[in-house]
Amino acid sequence: MMDAPVLRVAAITKSYHLQTSLASRLSRNENGHTSLRALDGVDLQLNKGEILALVGESGSGKSTLAKILVGGTTPTSGELEYHGEPMPAHRDKDASRRIQMVFQDPYSSLNPRISVGAMLKELLLLHKIVPRGEVRAESVRLLNLVGLEEDALQAYPSQFSGGQRQRIAIARALAVRPDILIADEPVSALDVSVQATILDLFASLQRELGLSILFVAHNLAVVQHLSQRVAVMYLGRIVEVAETSELFSNPRHPYTRALIDSIPRMTAESVNEEFVLEGEPPSPFNVPAGCRFNPRCPYAKDVCRATDPGLEPVAAGHQSACIRAAELPDHSIALSISATRKATA
Amino acid sequence: MTQPLLSVKSLTIGVRRPKGVDTIIVDDLSFEIQRGERFGIVGESGSGKSLTLRAIADLLPAGVEILTGSIRYDGVELVGMPTPARRRLMGPEIAMIFQEPMTALNPVIRVGEQIAEGPRRYLGLSKRDAMKLAIEMMAKTGIPDPVRRARAYPHELSGGLRQRIMIAMALSCGPKLLLCDEPTTALDVTVQHQVLRVLEQLCADSGASLAFVTHDLAVVNQTCSDLAVMYAGHIVESGRVKDVFRDPRHPYTKGLLDSAPDFDQPERELVPIPGFPPNLAARPSGCPFAPRCAFAVEACTVAMPPTVVVAPGHAAACIESQSIFEGVAA
Amino acid sequence: MTTPTAALVSFKQRHRAVGSRTIKAWYRNGSLMAGIIIVGMLVLVAVLAPILAPYDPIAQHLTNALESPSAAHWLGTDKFGRDVLSRLIWGAQVDLRVGFLAVLIPFVIGSVLGAIAGYFGGWLDTVLMRIVDIFFAFPFYVMVIVLVFVFGSGEASIYIAIAAVSWVSYARIVRGEVLIAKKQDYVVAARLGGMSHARILTKHIGPNVLSQAIIYAMSDIVMDIMAIVTLGYLGLGINPPTAEWGSMINDGQEFITTQWQQATIPGLVVVVTSLGLSLLGDGLSDLLSPERRK
Repeated sequence: MMDAPVLRVAAITKSYHLQTSLASRLSRNENGHTSLRALDGVDLQLNKGEILALVGESGSGKSTLAKILVGGTTPTSGELEYHGEPMPAHRDKDASRRIQMVFQDPYSSLNPRISVGAMLKELLLLHKIVPRGEVRAESVRLLNLVGLEEDALQAYPSQFSGGQRQRIAIARALAVRPDILIADEPVSALDVSVQATILDLFASLQRELGLSILFVAHNLAVVQHLSQRVAVMYLGRIVEVAETSELFSNPRHPYTRALIDSIPRMTAESVNEEFVLEGEPPSPFNVPAGCRFNPRCPYAKDVCRATDPGLEPVAAGHQSACIRAAELPDHSIALSISATRKATA
Repeated sequence: MTQPLLSVKSLTIGVRRPKGVDTIIVDDLSFEIQRGERFGIVGESGSGKSLTLRAIADLLPAGVEILTGSIRYDGVELVGMPTPARRRLMGPEIAMIFQEPMTALNPVIRVGEQIAEGPRRYLGLSKRDAMKLAIEMMAKTGIPDPVRRARAYPHELSGGLRQRIMIAMALSCGPKLLLCDEPTTALDVTVQHQVLRVLEQLCADSGASLAFVTHDLAVVNQTCSDLAVMYAGHIVESGRVKDVFRDPRHPYTKGLLDSAPDFDQPERELVPIPGFPPNLAARPSGCPFAPRCAFAVEACTVAMPPTVVVAPGHAAACIESQSIFEGVAA
Repeated sequence: MTTPTAALVSFKQRHRAVGSRTIKAWYRNGSLMAGIIIVGMLVLVAVLAPILAPYDPIAQHLTNALESPSAAHWLGTDKFGRDVLSRLIWGAQVDLRVGFLAVLIPFVIGSVLGAIAGYFGGWLDTVLMRIVDIFFAFPFYVMVIVLVFVFGSGEASIYIAIAAVSWVSYARIVRGEVLIAKKQDYVVAARLGGMSHARILTKHIGPNVLSQAIIYAMSDIVMDIMAIVTLGYLGLGINPPTAEWGSMINDGQEFITTQWQQATIPGLVVVVTSLGLSLLGDGLSDLLSPERRK
């Protein structure tokens, strides 16, 4: 029996209605639809103490979902439960404290005119985390936690590098003692050599503070390294969820396979020369009928154009939204090659 | 062996300060690109990789200039060449693709006409023939329905299509050298895969050489045959991609490889490179990587280590390259 | 985690570099220095008017009327025999005071309304911006002149008229800046931190958006001084016999052929004042713009 999820969403949708401008009607813009479904029935749960990766391409709705989870925007419909209790649409100070966010761009996420110390102090006092006399000690503790020293307190964001800024942003999120962190592509704006230190930091926060982390990302190599479970999003839906090793060794949705085969590899031998995914992600203004992946799917049949499949279990803890999930051939090109390479090395 | 297509010698790029010391961004850089070679330049932000590419394309930002050195294209010296002659090379001889195609495309001209402009000017094609070529190029880059898409404006296309338009435009005059500045960084992973394929295929077909700047080691591995690793304005290691990846001889290259997650080795621990790249204004004497280097010895801080050939076609600027090979830290 | 020590070293290097660069930027910022010097001297003259001015600016000596410049009266006397130099010096006090005060009121009103409209959006924003559009549709001078007519000439009605007309510029500038700032992740982060809208607007957004309004205010002071001068010239400004540059130009123009300095010198002073304030605004925009802080 597993613990109750710390966060659970069910059937979440988010639509945006856009005003059609005269100009777009005149220019016969093919995308001139008026309503956009960024999220179209999302079910997902975050378990206690895990890092769950949410992967998908731009337009898949992963950032919208992250925003809904932290209360930055309200869903059009659907349920959001925190520790089994419904989360109110408008969160009070204490409710918003529990789910914190780390943003992608560490340059826009820190206020250029507020020093690190003042930023932490404001949060600590507002939420009465520690008595006034202990604010400084607590701020230093937070900075040390993210690998920065005391002297950062007096400094302003412009005095730090991108990686250091991301550490400060993480310290800010931790200041109010949340139990869930939503990290929206937190390393994609950083240099390669710095990325590793921030990934390590997330892993240690999970390990040492028992935080539950939803890690939104597009880099599957990063995801594979860091997370315990992975959810794959495509055009506003979760199309596959599984434990990380299971998902990468036995992907049961053609889109997941396409993602895996697209990853640029560090070793020439494991490049899948055969694979090319046709087409581009369709726009969320214009979701295809039937399975939303069918126009690009090499396995699509007539039935795929007729039914819109939901997530169904394919193995223990493994769900896929492909009606042909059981019929898909084995996906083992890349991994078998890397296994042979290891054997010969 | 014929002469290389592009030969960069002792190139130094920086900001000239009449009073005081010039700020050097790219320092004494030398490399060659052979005909048909796909040459990757890898480095992190601030390493000078993009400026090097822009120097070749004569697109250095205002204030930044080539201080010394030479860039020879097909035997012709580009540094100091009069601007009109230089401009005539761009298009039919050298072309460039940027990271964000939206900034490189004219928003108010249909993409077909933008592609056709080069062939009309440089190949002397008629308007009709140039448009035919443009549509042909668009089809070659895998743009579906090119006849209709040629009439689109840049904002009506997705990022992946725009980057294909840029590739079609760059290759329309049949250049011999294609400069790419992080051309797929802004794209989704499946689209990146497609675009890299197209780029590789078209260069192979036309025999064009590729100079490919990126921060992504895996992209270099898939796209390039040779590479140079840049750190703080220096090339610290260069060679065949497969040699360098298998047997890195500079601690920075090794650090980059160890810190990047490898999809084929999920169990491998990521080892970050400690510290930060040096400030351009306060560059340490000696090897710029020495302060972050686990292999550093005293001599490293005295003078920039010479570039030594460690194996045929494989060079590293590190005095400890042998102990890195043997895997022992000093 | 193995990085903190290295991070610390590098951070201190950056820290020093930034600090010294800010101070140097002050010196290197030529237009700011020039602006400060010009405006500073004008303010000094205005403040020290009682000491600097050789004569009483409103005392009439009809027997000495329209004298040419001499050792006693460096710039001569006007048609009432008043010392032109003394009137010029006292005029600095009036024009600068009215200029600065006339900017302060619309600055506050406009910034507050613009910030609220930009931050909350919705119908409030729509209504407020329509009102702003309506105000913008009327030429500045027409509005000011009409309002001064309605309220009667005098310093108070100048403040009211200018405030009523120019708050819209501040509202528009601050609204635009707030629209940009509120999309920044640090504002979202502040919301997630459980902070109230009022707190976010004043503490987190405010300091980031006011610099543009402050820069605009510098050029607006120039506009307002010009307006006062124009009103003075039209006989709608500060009531006579108070010394004021506009009315001096107006009074002096009858004698432009014989006593050219009476109108020309106050005119030149207005130009220099405008120049000083423009330079100050320019320099401030260099100093306050966030790009430079990187």
